[in-house]
Amino acid sequence: MSVVTKPVTMPAPNLVAGEEDNYLTHSSGFLSWALTLDHKRIGLMYLTCVMASFALGGILALLVRIHLWNPNLDPTQALFSNKVYNQIFTLHGAVMVFLFIIPSIPAALGNFLLPIMLGSKDVAFPRLNLGSFYLWVAGALFFLFSMFATGLDTGWTFYTPYSIESQGPVVAATMGVFVLGFSSIFTGLNFIVTINTMRPPGMTWFRMPLFLWAIYSTAIIQVLATPVLGITMLLLAAERILGIGIFDAKMNGDPVAFQHFFWFYSHPAVYIMILPAMGIISELMSVHSHKGILGYRMIAYSSIAIALFGFLVWGHHMFTSGMADVTTIVFSALTFTVSIPSAIKVFNWIGTMYQGTVSLNTPMVYALAFIFLFTIGGLTGLFLGALSTDMHLHATYFVVAHFHYVMMGGTLVAFLGGLFHWWPKMTGKMFNDFAGIVSAAIVFVGFNLTFLPQFVLGTRGMPRRYASYALEFQDLHRLSTIGAVMLGTGLLVAALTLLHSLFYGSKAPRNPWGGATLEWECSSPPPHDNFSSAPTVGDPYDFSNIEYDPKVGGYFKKK
Amino acid sequence: MIPAFFADINESFWFPKQASTFAKDVDFLYDAILWISIFFFVPIVAAMIYFSIKYRDRPGYKGSTEAIHNTTIEILWSVIPTFIAGWIFWMGLVGYLDMQRPPPAGTEDIKVIAKRWNWNFKYKNGAEHPELHVPVGKAAKMIMRSDDVLHSFYVPAFRIKRDIVPGRYNYTWFQPTIEGTYDLFCSEYCGDNHSTMNAKVFVDSEEKYAKFLAEAIKEPEDLVERGKWLYERKACKGCHYAGKDGAQGPGPSYNGSWGKPVPLAVGGEVQFDENYVSESILNPIAKARKGYENASAMPSYKGQLKEEQIEALIAFIKSLESATPPTKK
Repeated sequence: MSVVTKPVTMPAPNLVAGEEDNYLTHSSGFLSWALTLDHKRIGLMYLTCVMASFALGGILALLVRIHLWNPNLDPTQALFSNKVYNQIFTLHGAVMVFLFIIPSIPAALGNFLLPIMLGSKDVAFPRLNLGSFYLWVAGALFFLFSMFATGLDTGWTFYTPYSIESQGPVVAATMGVFVLGFSSIFTGLNFIVTINTMRPPGMTWFRMPLFLWAIYSTAIIQVLATPVLGITMLLLAAERILGIGIFDAKMNGDPVAFQHFFWFYSHPAVYIMILPAMGIISELMSVHSHKGILGYRMIAYSSIAIALFGFLVWGHHMFTSGMADVTTIVFSALTFTVSIPSAIKVFNWIGTMYQGTVSLNTPMVYALAFIFLFTIGGLTGLFLGALSTDMHLHATYFVVAHFHYVMMGGTLVAFLGGLFHWWPKMTGKMFNDFAGIVSAAIVFVGFNLTFLPQFVLGTRGMPRRYASYALEFQDLHRLSTIGAVMLGTGLLVAALTLLHSLFYGSKAPRNPWGGATLEWECSSPPPHDNFSSAPTVGDPYDFSNIEYDPKVGGYFKKK
Repeated sequence: MIPAFFADINESFWFPKQASTFAKDVDFLYDAILWISIFFFVPIVAAMIYFSIKYRDRPGYKGSTEAIHNTTIEILWSVIPTFIAGWIFWMGLVGYLDMQRPPPAGTEDIKVIAKRWNWNFKYKNGAEHPELHVPVGKAAKMIMRSDDVLHSFYVPAFRIKRDIVPGRYNYTWFQPTIEGTYDLFCSEYCGDNHSTMNAKVFVDSEEKYAKFLAEAIKEPEDLVERGKWLYERKACKGCHYAGKDGAQGPGPSYNGSWGKPVPLAVGGEVQFDENYVSESILNPIAKARKGYENASAMPSYKGQLKEEQIEALIAFIKSLESATPPTKK
């Protein structure tokens, strides 16, 4: 934390000397990774693990879609029995939510970037950071083992009383979620302390990159909401093991109380998933438009606003549960308040392109795809937030399509955009831009083909979590399955593009895109200590003195 | 594939038939939000595409690097969506209160019992039936309870949905406007056979409905028929299949079981006879069958079935014959 004491007026950093040393080659051997305190290596390990989880969750999703190719009205002809189908969609949801989306951006990209964007050496508590990673690994192994060994079939939401009497390994799975929750809390805590105490001189709150604002807002939710999930999981385990009678109607408990507990975490968790994605898009839109972001303060404030409002809207998951009318109405009203900050962000991102210099490279194409998909995701939320239309659409495929547009079209696409954007920084290799754009195009078309038909399925009355369906839904289901295969292909192309670059990619320059934030001032990949001397802090969105140098194929900051 | 988008199976592209008094208002709000969404979405995407072409990075072009500020526009695009969101909220609220306010006097009250994975409807004359019949043009009130886990009562054609929560009664009502047959789905995940927990809703004319009630109250005289009648109404059907095709549900199938030895989970065997059936109805876990250790536990029917009803069920199970006893997959 000594960086904080460095004076504001540092001499121009002389980074050339450290160019050869980088964090990947700094030390070698298994233990140099397993016991590393370097936030970059921890970030990379997280990245590997969450991508593996994503691949697993993706295969499960494809199994679901392939099963639904046929209506399965005759269960003996179906690919999977109803019970196995239920286990597959439960696993898909649980793996994607707990092992992929929640840790993806904060733990993988956030870990790598946060200290570098702050111009510091590491996070505030490097050991706690490594501890979070191992908690994640332990929780994930526990969770996966318990689910695969005996087959959890409660849905990722663990709704009572089914989760109390289900024969699946509910207690083991809840313990896995409990441990994963602590990993999330520690990461959040670490980031909050790092941002509060380790900003370099000159970096006031409003000179912070918007990605850090997003990570900061996310960290607040992680620290405040995740304990409630932990408590809920403990209560559920206690209900199953000891029969304490809080959720089980047979013992005068209230099953709806569980839903309140669960969504008090899990709705804010939606913002744990989307806020960092919004942060990435703010960076991508301005860097690749080579133009200062429109409405910096509005975006920063709206991140905080979303984080706070996000705590007050959990009831919209329960509009049909028979809550009191007043409660239902208040939750509906609060739900609409969240839509405004999200809308403002979209307008700001589009406005940022105006009169800029737009580079249509892979990260930018992903960012544009994000705006398209996230806008659909956000607008379809209006149908679900309005009470009377929700009575029809609740728990149908409309909801499935809506949250996939937000979670997958939003978070995943932004994550991929961010991954391509910072890939040269993380690995020191440039990827094939054309292949990257092709992957984005296939993902975009495949995604829409998968989920647009699901909106129509929903309005026509197809309930979610069904292993079989009426014949009239078959055509739309088949379109969706074709889209899913296409989507999987696009993601495979993206993965191959990145893997290819590791072996055949050209060496990445320091600043391949022309970014003005601090991570572009250290070499690619960064040295072990990130900066040999503290970098000068400027406006993170001032692109006026950033020039292209064809000799290195990258940008540099004019002195 | 394409016909899915133009097919005649639905009344409109988006919705099933508008078969209740709520449907028109719900669909109106849906359409209104759809047009509002298009109103925002099209310019957003158009601007995005236009900007990425017009301001694309190309030789000889250099755009501005300065962030633009325009307070008027920023205020406008914050305030206008706020008002629109407020309007949508208000319309949703009005529609919701319509559904929540007490139904018009003189409703047809029907008790709904949801039990994995069956629906059972109890009518005012005491009749029980696994399908829902309601008279057209008259408000019908559902008084719903669950015997086990969460379920949800969903009729897309009526645009209504209400969860059924164990431990309390939940209510919903609707006024069907068009005679016909509609789908009823369970829309809250309830375990293995959630996807088959469906029923039909018959919206009948006044006469047809009266005839149905008179018919439904009559319990069959014949013991086997009576057993089948109970089998369909007492939630046996959802788990224990009785078809000749040997399909296996979450619980052991009846077909071809009678008189055969039953392997038990704890080891050993027991004869599938009157004693075994009767004991399994009253105390299902006493002799759990091998291969069903991980199945959802069957609830006890003690106090819910009378002695002679159990006899009828035994007669029904005994009557099911099959050359080959079904084997679990």
